[in-house]
Amino acid sequence: MGHTLVEKIIGNKVGHEVKPGDIVTVDVDWCMIDDIMVPFAVQKFEEMGFSKVAKPDSVVLIYDHFLPATQVDDSRHFRAGDAFAEKYGIKNVHRTDGICHQLMTEAGYVKPGDISFGTDSHTVTYGCVGAFATGIGYTEMAGILGTGQLWIKVPETIKIEIDGTLNGNVTSKDIILRIIGDLTASGATYQALEFTGSTVEAMSVASRMTISNMSVEAGAKCGLFAPDEKTCDYCKIPYDDKIKELHGDDDAKYARILRYRAEEFEPVCACPSLVDNIKPVKELKDIKVNQVFLGSCTNGRLEDLRIAASILKGKHVAPYVKMIVTPASRKIYREALADGTLEILSDAGAIITTPGCGLCCGRGGGILCDDEVVVATNNRNFLGRMGTNKVQIYLASPATAAATAVAGEIVEA
Amino acid sequence: MSKIWKLGNDIDTDIILPTEYLAFETVKEMKPYAFSPLRPDLASKIQPGDIIVAGNNFGCGSSREQAPEVVKALGISCIVAKSFARIFFRNAINNGLLLVEQPDLYDQVEEGDEAEVIPGKEIIVNGKSYPIANLPENLMEILEAGGLVKAMRKRNGLD
Amino acid sequence: MGMTMAEKIIAAAAGKASCKAGDIETVTLDRLMSNDGTTHLTIDMYNGLKNPHIADTEKLVWIIDHNIPADSPKTAASHKKMRDFAKEHGITFYEGEGVCHQIMMENHVRPGELIFGADSHTCAYGALGAFGTGVGCTDYLYAMVTGTSWLLVPETIRFNLHGNLKPGVYARDLILTIIGKISANGANYKAMEFAGDGVHNLSIADRISICNLCVEAGAKTALMEVDDVALEYLKEHGREPKAIYKSDEDANFAEVFDIDLASVEPIVAKPHFVDNVVPVSECEGVKIDEAFLGSCNNGRIEDLRVGAAVIKGKHVAKKVRFLVVPASRAVYKQALKEGLLDIFMEAGAMVMNPNCSVCWGACQGVIGEGETLISTGTRNFKGRAGHKDSFVYLASAATVTASAIKGYITSAEV
Repeated sequence: MGHTLVEKIIGNKVGHEVKPGDIVTVDVDWCMIDDIMVPFAVQKFEEMGFSKVAKPDSVVLIYDHFLPATQVDDSRHFRAGDAFAEKYGIKNVHRTDGICHQLMTEAGYVKPGDISFGTDSHTVTYGCVGAFATGIGYTEMAGILGTGQLWIKVPETIKIEIDGTLNGNVTSKDIILRIIGDLTASGATYQALEFTGSTVEAMSVASRMTISNMSVEAGAKCGLFAPDEKTCDYCKIPYDDKIKELHGDDDAKYARILRYRAEEFEPVCACPSLVDNIKPVKELKDIKVNQVFLGSCTNGRLEDLRIAASILKGKHVAPYVKMIVTPASRKIYREALADGTLEILSDAGAIITTPGCGLCCGRGGGILCDDEVVVATNNRNFLGRMGTNKVQIYLASPATAAATAVAGEIVEA
Repeated sequence: MSKIWKLGNDIDTDIILPTEYLAFETVKEMKPYAFSPLRPDLASKIQPGDIIVAGNNFGCGSSREQAPEVVKALGISCIVAKSFARIFFRNAINNGLLLVEQPDLYDQVEEGDEAEVIPGKEIIVNGKSYPIANLPENLMEILEAGGLVKAMRKRNGLD
Repeated sequence: MGMTMAEKIIAAAAGKASCKAGDIETVTLDRLMSNDGTTHLTIDMYNGLKNPHIADTEKLVWIIDHNIPADSPKTAASHKKMRDFAKEHGITFYEGEGVCHQIMMENHVRPGELIFGADSHTCAYGALGAFGTGVGCTDYLYAMVTGTSWLLVPETIRFNLHGNLKPGVYARDLILTIIGKISANGANYKAMEFAGDGVHNLSIADRISICNLCVEAGAKTALMEVDDVALEYLKEHGREPKAIYKSDEDANFAEVFDIDLASVEPIVAKPHFVDNVVPVSECEGVKIDEAFLGSCNNGRIEDLRVGAAVIKGKHVAKKVRFLVVPASRAVYKQALKEGLLDIFMEAGAMVMNPNCSVCWGACQGVIGEGETLISTGTRNFKGRAGHKDSFVYLASAATVTASAIKGYITSAEV
């Protein structure tokens, strides 16, 4: 009997075969704590009575939600993180480098086969390199800090096979939005998603990140891709036999298998105010927008900025419409400076902000007011997420977002 | 008896507590803003011992533990839903907040109805009994310890 | 009796041959600038008028720069009100293009103009020989509706500048020195006029920096003689002067100061007043949490070049947040082309979108309780950059950048 990818990752870690439903305690490779949750995790850690952090080098603190600070209490979180890092010998602290989920793989922490937990639900992003990664609360994080371990229930897996070639204006964002629509926002609760097929194999790691990142919006515990040569290049590790073993077996037992043809995907939006309220862009008529947001851990990478630049080159954002571009990391910002992408975006009238979570976390970066409409490339369109509960949020791909910025209304690229 | 507050499907963590209020130092400061995008007056109406009844996927979205903490701080004794999102579920248990999955209750009760919750056995509303299951053993241990912090304190020989 | 520059501009705006300090004149405004700090209030008042009317829409320039991108629904609503009104009435409108005064210098201000701005730092326009002054939204509304206003003709304090600033000393050190000398109300109601060979040795960026900060000495306006450097700047930006004025030899000045530019040293204004100035060496070692290079005072390409030269190949101190905020999109793009943005990003600075940023104390880079900011912004009032119990030191782009690298206040190596 074969194993799914998640069963292999967890099995390798605990040193014996596991099956869905098993409750196992795992050694944790990486703990990511973001700035919002730092003071709370520290408080719980101290309440628990630990005197030291079990594995300081496995802990990464990242300040991203509150950068740049918009409220006077925000910097308290940075100070709490700095003090904790100093007291317990934590060396990995990123204070102004970008979004946590971008940095965890980009800066070389998480590798294929690792087990990672983060105090943010989009920790699932690291599934893009074939790592088991999921979000937890700050109390559980405090427990891991003290013990280096956490219990998990081995999840069942939904396999999603996609074969064929995507149409030109379709990106991995359209794929994951469509899948969330098909599964619904709770359709994969407690389960792992495993993405396979020729379309997936042809994708960049950045595109896979978008898919892993949004797996949690279908309720999934993780969203996994089998690591391949591209993954190993990205992670700067050899593509060896151990890595080659990390894939779902043909005879593994899946809870469900969903099969798609790449050609059947089309540009879509998640319409207000649910992530599974998916509609084709071409059916959305006469929806005028006030703002477009390109960024976030979902779609703030270089390839996303480049797609937008290719659409905006020589054009201009529609009058009285704002386009806000927030690169996901310092590295991406610099790459987009170097290759001319930011210049094209600036020439087109985009407002380019410093890397961070920006508007996606709703504390700055372009908050909206009643009756305003925003098309955004991030992961959530919940009620009130980007301002008042009368703001209409449409989630879309970078291509749709850029085309919409030029047209001033929602359109396909 | 506990008064029922009825909410819908997909009650997400941004509804339970918007990001704007996540950085408050204490849960007490966050309390007035619970559920504010959906029902701004709800937090002020909830009384200790009340319960929330909801549909599918309660607590979907972010891992913010302020969400179950603020619900507990409001005095909610139990949330009964058709289903819960995964992270919210773990966070609630870790804070000693009882969550109960029950498929039928939601469609048959109204806000304001009175309920009696007997953990691991049943919920009684309007004279009708709705069966509920026990939590897995490892979760019951945490819940019975009064949450993960207390469980860890015990492990560390403090309590 | 001769006239000062200020008297000449006001006389022309009043349609008279002459006027003198102390007169009250009814003037026709050439331009009316307003930003998102107060425009929503102006609109509310406008909508409450019996017969709302705009005298000359062409003269209005509205700019969203203080809180962009918006940080709250309230801010977003005030922006929407401004945007919708501008759109409806065809008012020249900028959103997210940069700090209002920089936008005005790049696109609108002409020598000889009389300009009201609903922002105190409107006095910056004197760098191009225009009389700019800050007004409240009631005065702004009156001018918007009637096209006119009244002005008390100010007395003028004249500063004759001689020679050149030493390397490592900047216009900002000069104006902070002057404010320290005459105090924070030393020029109340008055015009500060800068003339002499020393002015001609200053770039337009330097001149803007000097004029901009004159309001911190209480001045109603600041003025500089228009020379070839100014005319060249205008030409580059596709504009012609309205009129070029110069104070007469026999004009009446309230006071005259002669300043040898070579005598100016790097300066820091300590919390919580702009005139609380000391040499940088006196603050050496004060630990900082944040540094800010930007604002209408020091966010121009010249300032970014100074900062980039200081930080190139070095790194921002570990726990310091270094905000670099170009004053306009034009500055951003120029800095991008020259590779300055990458120098800052490589060094660990946070390059922001052009806006007022932490100089305005909201929206981005707000500092917390007990924190210290060293800033090229305009003000260091208590609580200006965030928490009421925080500290702001003002200094030049060079000093700010050098301090960001060390993590404490220090002067740049020349």
